Amino acid sequence: MDIKWDQILIIEEPIMFWTFIGLIVSTIGLVAGLTYFKKWGWLWNEWLTSTDAKKVGIMYITLGIVMLVRGGIDALMMKYQTSVPENTFLSAQHFNEVFSAHGTIMIFFMAMPVIFGIMNLIVPLQIGARDVAFPKLNLLGFWITASAAILYNIAFLVGGSPDAGWTSYFPLAGKEFTPGIGNNYYYIAIQISGFGSMIVAINFMVTILKMRAPGMGLFKMPMFTWTTLITCLIMIIAFPIFTIALLAGMLDRIFGAHFFTVADGGLDMMWANLFWLWAHPEVYIVILPAFGIISEVVATFSKKRLYGYHSMVWAVIVISVFSLLVWVHHFYTMGVGPTVNSIFSITTLAIAVPTGIKLFNWLFTMRKGRIVFEQPMLWALAFIPTFLVGGVTGVMLGMASADFQYHNTLFLVAHFHYTLVGGVVYAVFAAFYYWWPKFFGFKLNHKLGNWHFWLFNIGFNLTFLPMFFLGLDGAARRMYTYSAETGFAPLYMLSFIGTLIIAAGVTIFVINIVYSTLKEKRITERDVWGTGRTLEWMVPTPVPAYNFAVIPKVEAIDEFWHRKQTGKEFVNEKEIKDIHMPSHSWLPAYIGLAFFISGFLFVWEFQALAIASLALPFLGMAINSFQYDDGFYIPAKEVIETERKDRGEQQWKAK
Amino acid sequence: MESKITNYSVPTEYQSELGKMNILGFWIFIAAEIILFATLFALYGVYHNRTAEGPTGPEVFVIRDVMIQTILLLTSSFTCGYVITSLRKGNVKSANIWIGITLLFGLGFLVMEINEFIHYAHAGLTIQTSAFGSSLLTLLGTHGAHVTFGVVWAILLAIQLVQRGITPITASKVHIWSIYWHFLDVVWIFIFTFVYLGGLM
Amino acid sequence: MNNKTHASGVGNIIGYVIGLILTFAAAWLVLKSSLATSMKWTIISIFAIIQAGLQLFMFMHMSEGEDRDTKVVHTIYAIFMGIVVVFGSIWVMTAGHPIG
Repeated sequence: MDIKWDQILIIEEPIMFWTFIGLIVSTIGLVAGLTYFKKWGWLWNEWLTSTDAKKVGIMYITLGIVMLVRGGIDALMMKYQTSVPENTFLSAQHFNEVFSAHGTIMIFFMAMPVIFGIMNLIVPLQIGARDVAFPKLNLLGFWITASAAILYNIAFLVGGSPDAGWTSYFPLAGKEFTPGIGNNYYYIAIQISGFGSMIVAINFMVTILKMRAPGMGLFKMPMFTWTTLITCLIMIIAFPIFTIALLAGMLDRIFGAHFFTVADGGLDMMWANLFWLWAHPEVYIVILPAFGIISEVVATFSKKRLYGYHSMVWAVIVISVFSLLVWVHHFYTMGVGPTVNSIFSITTLAIAVPTGIKLFNWLFTMRKGRIVFEQPMLWALAFIPTFLVGGVTGVMLGMASADFQYHNTLFLVAHFHYTLVGGVVYAVFAAFYYWWPKFFGFKLNHKLGNWHFWLFNIGFNLTFLPMFFLGLDGAARRMYTYSAETGFAPLYMLSFIGTLIIAAGVTIFVINIVYSTLKEKRITERDVWGTGRTLEWMVPTPVPAYNFAVIPKVEAIDEFWHRKQTGKEFVNEKEIKDIHMPSHSWLPAYIGLAFFISGFLFVWEFQALAIASLALPFLGMAINSFQYDDGFYIPAKEVIETERKDRGEQQWKAK
Repeated sequence: MESKITNYSVPTEYQSELGKMNILGFWIFIAAEIILFATLFALYGVYHNRTAEGPTGPEVFVIRDVMIQTILLLTSSFTCGYVITSLRKGNVKSANIWIGITLLFGLGFLVMEINEFIHYAHAGLTIQTSAFGSSLLTLLGTHGAHVTFGVVWAILLAIQLVQRGITPITASKVHIWSIYWHFLDVVWIFIFTFVYLGGLM
Repeated sequence: MNNKTHASGVGNIIGYVIGLILTFAAAWLVLKSSLATSMKWTIISIFAIIQAGLQLFMFMHMSEGEDRDTKVVHTIYAIFMGIVVVFGSIWVMTAGHPIG
């Protein structure tokens, strides 16, 4: 290997230099703060080694929000660069790195961790379980995702950022065209994060299939749980494809193989084929839970049962199967011929049908409902038209012959931001406002919430609506600049202003969290919104470690609503027994670190050492195999105290 | 989830909730493994003729050695069945003996495979030679790595059987390992049929 | 719960013998017989599927335990999607622009 020192630590450009200084200062600040307030033990014992699904969920979400800020700054940099023609804020190379990082981070380290976090928080509560099936494995999933995120995020300072886009297409991403080590980070960090996703998928499938409260048949599960189950199924099927694609890409780059190279028989488009075999289902992996969230929110705030529950479930199942049968629509222009393109065009358009069913179901749920315009409902209401725009433009792109016109333009970029931001991010914000009080015991401020909502919505549409028109006018995606004669400048500028407004919205959201933590009224009612339908509203607020003092016996869809209607009690104190809890574990943190070290060695192409270092994570697994820890018990007396403390302040029997 | 026994009327590995969940979780993982190997087969299927300047399949395949490998793995799968039989009879010693026999056949397979790789390297076929070489050796290598992992895993489980005897948890662990081991044989059947026999047609 | 047949080990022996027969038959068919290539492909594919089925049901105990249905449905779905991945990829990569 011949790598010079200035290629190892990249701090020559001023932006890089100041980021580097900023990172060092904030790290020192964090360490000093933790030491000064003597919080190291608390951090380690209460959080980093905790196998409580709720804490794991909060850690996932924290990771996601930090990454949202990182990816958001990338977006601002790109938008500033293209706001005027011939701008010199970013070089072409730097621009490539920034858009690659933006896409990769937003999908792998923002959207997925946040969704996983919400699953961790909500699914056990919705199915009436005390925990997930494999608590230690669950924590391991978080640690692997976190170490992959850190590995990917150090790239821009240590060795250079990947610069071939989030799709990292060959041959551009191959050694011939990007010889440094930068692109290795993509193949290795994403591979590691894929292991984390696989763990989540297996854990939640078993949790949902085996740990539902007695009486809760599959068709009595809340919608969010259903979408989680199907999402996990898609992950099980889709992720191994990507594992192999990434492995092959890594072998090409680091071990000189010829899977996707131009020479010696390789086929660069085979990467595109395998990538989209995974990446199209990936879209549904993040959007299906979002559908689930919207279903819960719409039903709760319309005070009505979700319309067409069964059709909703079947729509999700059909989507999950079709998601794996449409991948070619991402590369119609490869020249695969009219037969193949037509067939994939048909499967693509067919997927719009179940999605349409879902939209109508939400509308019919609201019809004649008594809609309460709380924050979560606002986001759900904005979700529907925004996602519809994303969906309709998706149908436009799905028509193979028309796609040749839009392909690789900003039209496409606008389309998938309408689905991923208008779909996933809106739903995630709805989920934050909706479930926040359940876990923290206070609502997020309503007024600041309104500011967040309106700024984000106006900013979002101002950013992405012009991009449809730019795309139709021929503006290609991923161009770092353009000349004034193109006439793109006004719309690009509008788009940049929109991005600033989004940034203001997100800032207000963060301020809201801080403000509400300090000032908002504490609440202890179980049914925080007064219109809760599913089991998570039946446990005390904030949720105790054991979730349910007594595992409920389920009789209906929307069991909690059913109990409120029939006046059935929530908890019978006499049935409370000692509750079993899983022990804390340091192993997941160790295995996460081991993957980080091993990944780092692979990135730097120390081939033999890297392969040997794979023993580190396996050692962790071997140690785990010998640990027979049966956990501990919370005594019944303590449980009764917790349940009673909460009981005083709320009307025990609703209605 | 606790490892306490909830049902005595079924084989030991299904007696505890944790045991049952572990087994179901592993079956879900097997589905992922099916897709993993399917993707490797897809790569091989697309690349099997793309040999560039390097040797082709029929030029390097040694069918006699492949037959030996197949029989070794098939036999190890057969003896692995007796591990479960012994467990269900409650006989730790015989379970461990069968694990030992299974591993001997597994190791024999691995020795043959390493030998095969050396032979290919001498014949001028490595992962750097051509797309065919990359996809073939990655497919075989991934399978071989799985077998190696299975060998180490079984040794760890045999130690635990000695330490703790047959409990719902140890039994479910060994059961899961046996599922894994048989699955590797399933994968090999397809490698044998479609890579070697298909390549020789 | 029918675990008597498994505990006796008779199923094991039958599975093993059938596996050996199919392996040798497939090898003989490919190397020594004079059937058409397409015929050979069909037969050895069927042999492979039978062998895989033997392993899944007789050795891997797929169809036992209270989660039998989940295991079977899930595995069959994965096999279906595996077939989509293999043949879909080959089809997409070879249609339109012949390779190799």
